[in-house]
Amino acid sequence: MVSEITPDLVRHLGVLARIRLSDDEVERLTGQLDVIVDNIAKVSQVATPDVAATSHPIALQNVFRPDEVGQTLTHEQALQNAPDAADGRFRVTAILGEEQ
Amino acid sequence: MSDIIRLTAAELADKLAAGEVSSVEATQAHLDRIAAVDGDVHAFLHVNEKALDAAADIDRRRAAGEQLGPIAGVPLAVKDVLVTTDMPSTSGSKILEGYMSPFDATVVARSRAAGLVPLGKTNMDEFAMGSSTEHSAYGPTHNPWDLERIPGGSGGGSAAAVAAFEAPLALGSDTGGSIRQPAHVTGTVGMKPTYGGVSRYGAIALASSLDQVGPVTRTVLDAGLLHDVIGGHDPHDSTSLTDAWPSFADAAREGAGGDVLKGLKVGVVKELPDSGFQAGVAESFRASLDVLQAHGAEIVEISAPHFEYGVAAYYLILPAEASSNLAKFDSVRFGMRVDLNGGTVEDVMAATRDAGFGDEVKRRIILGTYALSAGYYDAYYGSAQKVRTLIQQDFTNAFAEVDVIATPSAPTTAFKLGEKIGDPLQMYLNDLTTIPANLAGVPGISIPSGLASDDGLPVGIQFLAPAREDARLYRVGAALEAALVDSWGGPLLDRAPVLGGAR
Repeated sequence: MVSEITPDLVRHLGVLARIRLSDDEVERLTGQLDVIVDNIAKVSQVATPDVAATSHPIALQNVFRPDEVGQTLTHEQALQNAPDAADGRFRVTAILGEEQ
Repeated sequence: MSDIIRLTAAELADKLAAGEVSSVEATQAHLDRIAAVDGDVHAFLHVNEKALDAAADIDRRRAAGEQLGPIAGVPLAVKDVLVTTDMPSTSGSKILEGYMSPFDATVVARSRAAGLVPLGKTNMDEFAMGSSTEHSAYGPTHNPWDLERIPGGSGGGSAAAVAAFEAPLALGSDTGGSIRQPAHVTGTVGMKPTYGGVSRYGAIALASSLDQVGPVTRTVLDAGLLHDVIGGHDPHDSTSLTDAWPSFADAAREGAGGDVLKGLKVGVVKELPDSGFQAGVAESFRASLDVLQAHGAEIVEISAPHFEYGVAAYYLILPAEASSNLAKFDSVRFGMRVDLNGGTVEDVMAATRDAGFGDEVKRRIILGTYALSAGYYDAYYGSAQKVRTLIQQDFTNAFAEVDVIATPSAPTTAFKLGEKIGDPLQMYLNDLTTIPANLAGVPGISIPSGLASDDGLPVGIQFLAPAREDARLYRVGAALEAALVDSWGGPLLDRAPVLGGAR
């Protein structure tokens, strides 16, 4: 597989990952990711269709607990690390931009 | 330097139980040591102001005749990836600067319940991404053997703290080698338990299918004592195994007798030839194999043809999972928020994540986002998951022939700070021998094998066992440790240079 890491792709990935990358960062990451992706693409050499995928190292079934109220955080605890809060709630800036 | 800090946790526990030393004395001795040397080592991000209070409480309870656990009163350093109610928890990141958790990680809660005294929080690569602690947002930790060199990573702070006698015990986390590789470069012991053997509740997640919490110590017995405290099922962690575990301290004591090596089959991986390692590392490894053989072990060559794909698979799976786990740092509920004087939540979020995450974290989030994106998922993430299956099969085949596998714990001894920081791929390749255990979920331990003849720095040997056979690693590790310490005439750390201040 040929790596196709371009500055535009990196900038787009930054948008998807909600990281506002500077132009310098985009340029640096493009070069670094190109080298890294070239190297890690070799997984496809041995990942043939007959091999099953493993998502989890030790097979587990879904784990459920009884549907009972357990330990929960108080309002104060939930908000204690909030950058901004008001009236017992997290406070944020505008949800929608002007064009929306 | 005070004699108290040179004691192993097991020895200190005996003196505490016998009333020869109080926990306050032991804790004060370690706080003094931290004050004397941590300016040079920088193992700690935070020192616990209440440590002496906790120690005094243990002393009071002991004096009142209360039945305390086997290592009650012994000080403990806690990797900053584990949340604590009484100290900030940052995971080495600016985005969590000053974060105070409303709850303790299960391993911390169990340590407190066992009477261990938390001394402070140890430095680490940001969100445990790295092999050198150079990616900490709070500056690197320095290797006590040579302050110009890396202490390993991501848990370099915990390893350096025990190597520098700032704490007898520490907690670490190991996603691709972050307990074992620091042990290797600092002449200490690090154990990554079987996946699910120790609760991750309250461990700030890096890659959930790989992360495991474990002990960081100077001896195998001490690791077993701490593992006994932190291990076992936790309903708060849905990946926590429900198995009943044997005492790992007992396993270490049994192993120290040495009989366990008679007839033990030790696998050596054909695909990890000596040529892939620094000469002094390969030489130390071979010398340890000779010691095992001299004590009756049989060295068997095994094949693990897919190990060479481990690093590649790991650097797809880890970034993919990390990019999801780190989405929680959204500037809304906790952590840093950049003030944009307006802008939408998304604008603030994107600016905060740019300002709050370091280079390596951004690199891996972007890489993970790429690996998971439409059109690439099957080729990258899907293929990496298949490699995981192949590596598990390599282990299954190997363990049909041998009891444990032995490898050098890392390709080189401690490199210089700054040497690899500009070359992420070189840094990643450092985890070559430790990663397969995380991909397969099997336990691994690194113990000191000696000093490299070419640079005089510590080298570790890693043992791997089948999943759930952690006790086997304590038996074998303690047996080799006893033989080596005997041949050296004392612990390896006796040969570490004296650090400034306390003498």
